[in-house]
Amino acid sequence: MGRALSCAAAIAIAGPLGAQGLPDPLTDVPGDPSRGHAIVLDQQKSLCVLCHAGPFAEVPFQGDLGPDLTGVGDRLSLPELRLRVVDSRSVNPDTIMPPFHSLDGLARVGARWQGTTILTAQEVEDVVAYLASLKGGSE
Amino acid sequence: MMLRAALLTGALATVATAEERRTGYEMMSPDLRAMQDDEMSNPGMLWVAEGAALWDTPEGEAGLSCADCHGGAEQSMAGVAARYPAWDEDSGAPVDLAGRIGLCRTRHQNAGAWDRESRPLLALAAFVSRQSKGVPITPDSDPRLDPWRDTGRVLFETRMGQLNLACANCHDDHAGGHLAAATIPEAHPTGYPQYRLQWEEMGGLHRRFGNCMAGVRAEPFASGSPEYIALELFLMSRAAGLEMEAPAVRP
Ligand code: HEC
Ligand code: HEC
Ligand code: HEC
Repeated sequence: MGRALSCAAAIAIAGPLGAQGLPDPLTDVPGDPSRGHAIVLDQQKSLCVLCHAGPFAEVPFQGDLGPDLTGVGDRLSLPELRLRVVDSRSVNPDTIMPPFHSLDGLARVGARWQGTTILTAQEVEDVVAYLASLKGGSE
Repeated sequence: MMLRAALLTGALATVATAEERRTGYEMMSPDLRAMQDDEMSNPGMLWVAEGAALWDTPEGEAGLSCADCHGGAEQSMAGVAARYPAWDEDSGAPVDLAGRIGLCRTRHQNAGAWDRESRPLLALAAFVSRQSKGVPITPDSDPRLDPWRDTGRVLFETRMGQLNLACANCHDDHAGGHLAAATIPEAHPTGYPQYRLQWEEMGGLHRRFGNCMAGVRAEPFASGSPEYIALELFLMSRAAGLEMEAPAVRP
């Protein structure tokens, strides 16, 4: 509960540009990049590769609705990455990137998905740790 | 020169002609287009043939066939699918083509209602829609339909589901883009009912709406619901001028 509150506060402080991002991890367990890698590749779970290309040789068809994630760990800091995965609307109110760890303003959510976020707090941490590890050009 | 070019593109942009829009057919691979075009390989033609047989079959307590009242479908049904949904006086609401056929069955043939996605209803709808092949979509001008079209537009532009996406986010803003392997079409309802390879059978437009709503993890509306009729009315007016192509084949 306390964590959820501090998370909301950080988003409010970050403002529409979200320059600072979310500095505090959502959980006490440090993110695991290899678990994060698996989550990003799992189309049903994270949906990332539906929209993003990246250094994912395993995925034959990568989407092109969002930027290529190759080298994203050079472009964005850990807090910036966390903020985008938690809720990209705090960076771009018109974003099409789903809010992965927020229920704010959702409408007509399917019965199966009601009251749950797309990713759990720990999954967000794992994904963020993986994104931060994406350094340099394409592999 | 620059100004002239700007003025020209500006003028063009304000008139969204049929030529600037692309149907799902135009975005498909040549293989799938060939499959749809060839009547022998288009699986939807099976339903059309069944529909043609049903057209002549007496049904219900009235013992009347569709043909008994409507004559040859080639004449009486030409262009009908291209202007549906239309206003139904008795219910004081719009009906889509499947709804109209269902009403003829219960009101005029005095037969039991068919489920909207049942095989005979899809077959008759495919047969009736086929009579509009190549006919430009010409929405009914009945002003009572206008508020429904507005509702449909609002629905199309409303974000929904756990993924928080509106139809327009994909079909207006990112048409032509790629969601993994799928090319996002502009969502023109030119070819319904259609044979979807993923379904391995024929299905109606409302079933397709349900697929997209489930895709964004939203709770779908029911087939034939006022919400889907409103969406269909909006999409048909958005597709005005595009040619009908039922039964379409889609991935
Ligand atoms: C429905 C499409 C969609 C999905 C699904 C999606 N994204 Fe995005 N993402 C975008 C778009 C579009 C942007 C560009 C920024 C914006 O418009 O908000 C973006 C931006 C980003 C950025 C910032 C990239 C940069 O270079 O600035 C990161 C990081 C990111 N996404 C990670 C992810 C991860 C991780 C997932 C899965 C957990 C994911 N995205 C799922 C559409 C999507
Ligand atoms: C007893 C006569 C009768 C029978 C049988 C009948 N219909 Fe109709 N149909 C009508 C009438 C009358 C209308 C005009 C709308 C109304 O009053 O219901 C109509 C309207 C229609 C329309 C809409 C036409 C338009 O221009 O808007 C379609 C499509 C249609 N019928 C299809 C069928 C099909 C398919 C069958 C067989 C399952 C069928 N009808 C059986 C009398 C009949
Ligand atoms: C995340 C993006 C996305 C959203 C949001 C979305 N769709 Fe779709 N839609 C698609 C894709 C992708 C296809 C094509 C599927 C394929 O080819 O496998 C499609 C197909 C369609 C088609 C079929 C077009 C044809 O050529 O037959 C219709 C109609 C449609 N969508 C309507 C809607 C409606 C109505 C909504 C909102 C309730 C909606 N879609 C929301 C991605 C989306």
